[in-house]
Amino acid sequence: MKLTRLIALVVGMSLLMAGVAFAGKDLDAVRKKGFIQVGVNGDLFGFGMPDEKGVWRGLDVDTARAVAAAIFGDASKVKFTPLTAQQRFTALQSGEIDILTRNATRTLSRETQLGLNFVHVNYYDGQGFMVPKKLGVKSAKELDGATICVLPGTTTEQNVADYFRSNGMSWKPVVIESTAELSKTFFAGRCDVMTSDASQLAGIRAVAPNPKDYVILPEIISKEPLAPAVRHGDDQFRDIVDFAVMAMIQAEEFGITSKNVDQMLKSKDPAIQRFLGVTPGNGKALGLDEKWAYNIIKQVGNYGEVFERNVGVNTKLGLERGLNALWTKGGLMYTPPFK
Amino acid sequence: MATTEYRSKVPFWRDPVKRGHLFQAAVLLTALAIGYTLFVNTQANLQRQSIATGFGFLEREAGFEIAEPPIPYSAADTYGRALLVGALNTLKVSSVGIFFSLILGTIIGISRLSHNWLVSRLSVAFIEVMQNIPVLLQLFFWYAIFYEAFPSPRQALNPLPGLFLCNRGLIFAVPAAHPSHVWMLAAAGVGIVGWFLLVRWGHRVQDRTGRLLPVHRMGMALTVLLPLAVWLLAGAPTAMDVPVLRGFNFRGGLTVSPEFSALLIGLILYTSAFVAEIVRAGIQAVSKGQIEAAMSIGLKPGQVLRLVVLPQALRVIIPPVTSQMLNLTKNSSLAIAIGYADFVSVANTTINQTGQAIEGVALIMLVYLFFSLSTSLFMNWYNKKMALVER
Repeated sequence: MKLTRLIALVVGMSLLMAGVAFAGKDLDAVRKKGFIQVGVNGDLFGFGMPDEKGVWRGLDVDTARAVAAAIFGDASKVKFTPLTAQQRFTALQSGEIDILTRNATRTLSRETQLGLNFVHVNYYDGQGFMVPKKLGVKSAKELDGATICVLPGTTTEQNVADYFRSNGMSWKPVVIESTAELSKTFFAGRCDVMTSDASQLAGIRAVAPNPKDYVILPEIISKEPLAPAVRHGDDQFRDIVDFAVMAMIQAEEFGITSKNVDQMLKSKDPAIQRFLGVTPGNGKALGLDEKWAYNIIKQVGNYGEVFERNVGVNTKLGLERGLNALWTKGGLMYTPPFK
Repeated sequence: MATTEYRSKVPFWRDPVKRGHLFQAAVLLTALAIGYTLFVNTQANLQRQSIATGFGFLEREAGFEIAEPPIPYSAADTYGRALLVGALNTLKVSSVGIFFSLILGTIIGISRLSHNWLVSRLSVAFIEVMQNIPVLLQLFFWYAIFYEAFPSPRQALNPLPGLFLCNRGLIFAVPAAHPSHVWMLAAAGVGIVGWFLLVRWGHRVQDRTGRLLPVHRMGMALTVLLPLAVWLLAGAPTAMDVPVLRGFNFRGGLTVSPEFSALLIGLILYTSAFVAEIVRAGIQAVSKGQIEAAMSIGLKPGQVLRLVVLPQALRVIIPPVTSQMLNLTKNSSLAIAIGYADFVSVANTTINQTGQAIEGVALIMLVYLFFSLSTSLFMNWYNKKMALVER
């Protein structure tokens, strides 16, 4: 079954790519369609997962909505495709989706070999380990001989191999494609350890049968800058996605929120006037409506709002801003000037 | 002469032979053109999107671990070796699976025809249940039983000394490596050859004198006793590699993982239901007169089955069973859902990490094509051998 799907994908890929070549730029294709097709996680709480009512929720989901708000002036013009870690890049390469916002780590090899461009990071993460409390493990250094649950086709899978190799420890992987199925085996005790990006571990723990029984170990063994990605070949589209992500961060820096954005239109600050399109220029440069940033902030919110709504301390995930705070507050969130 | 003249007058589009050639040439050209367009288009698109191509990635370091490699493998090895490990894992699970589903399928197929009401009803129930539940669902079910029902290694069940059952799998003691093992294996080989020769000798004796010799019992004894003699000669080494719980897991002994077991059980049960129906159909295809004739010359029921019914039924059975064997091999690619590192699983990870989707899928197709073609080649040969020889 899997095999036929793959074969169909490849044949479809060549045909689709031929189609894309004639349709022109990705941006034109998206405009003609009237919506953006976005690849998201599908079962990662806080990043990409439908809620009880079937409405998509999450940081990555809101990032996609921001792009729709920028292009169409309407954040609802998005359709989501849930993808596994294995499917995600092929889906983007083949044109099945227009944007991938699925907590993918930007790496050198992915940037150079997959025919993709990553844009601005929307979450700075690092890989960690989660263990049941009753094992009494305090540090990743005590994990020699452990069985570890890990998603296939991820940077995680290679990092953990590197980490154990460099510390002279042995381990056994349990590798299952679906996050939900993998978490189930971990909670049932098939593995001693679950490894993934720390944010994902928090998301997985949030939906555990008994979240208090699990602890995330202090070691963070890698840098995982998670960023949306688009296909090569349409620089304008890439710029739009890039600046849509950054507009949310810039808005937080300006102190513009979805609540006060209308008052901010009257701001005397020339930088804010430019940002919100009161003074035209930015929109035209990107090939968008001058209100593009206004639409993002009004309909989706600034980065801080999106963060707190989906993964922040008051959610089930309870993540601190940490590295994801603004640069003015000791974090890494920093954007080029909007002029 | 007249015909030739007549033929030459027919315009070529009216001539069925020439028209046939024309159509075939047209079909061939179309196929080639489509293939060429696909290839060129794909190449151009890959180039445009600057996606790397070629098989160079096979030489690069894989950097990921594989749970149960049948040959030594570590994350420091190449993608090529990782893929080889995956292919061997697929080979392992499908060959063991085929072996057992043929045995189980034959038994159930025969029991379905049993005159014992309970036995035949149970077989029908088994067949209906197994055939009608999607195999992927069955895999999830068996896998869930392993990780949900069995305790953690620290509370592992220990029904026999040296044998442990927990959610890490079935772990058991094996004799510690000893130089005599190679010789014991050789002795067993000699035993099997001897068995084969005994059977031929038995046939000759029966042809000449009509006496039936217990050749199978003798052969079996030979196959067991020869290695035993070697073992005794080597000083009867009894050292065992006993699994010990150390840290997180058992060390030593041999482990059969839950992933492998669940996949194997799922594939065997699913496929054997289909094999059973094929065996039943094959047996029913043998005409009743054959069975009555066999019984009338005084053969026992077991002999009727073995000597008269099965040889004739096999001719009907072999071709569809071959396709079930191929199905089992292909279904083993569902392993990815329950975490067994088969070829598709390893190839998918490779594709994901290198981005070489087209090369990866080409390799997947190549490997399955190879498995399928070699299975069907062997089975075709066996089918020819079994086919009715008219004298």
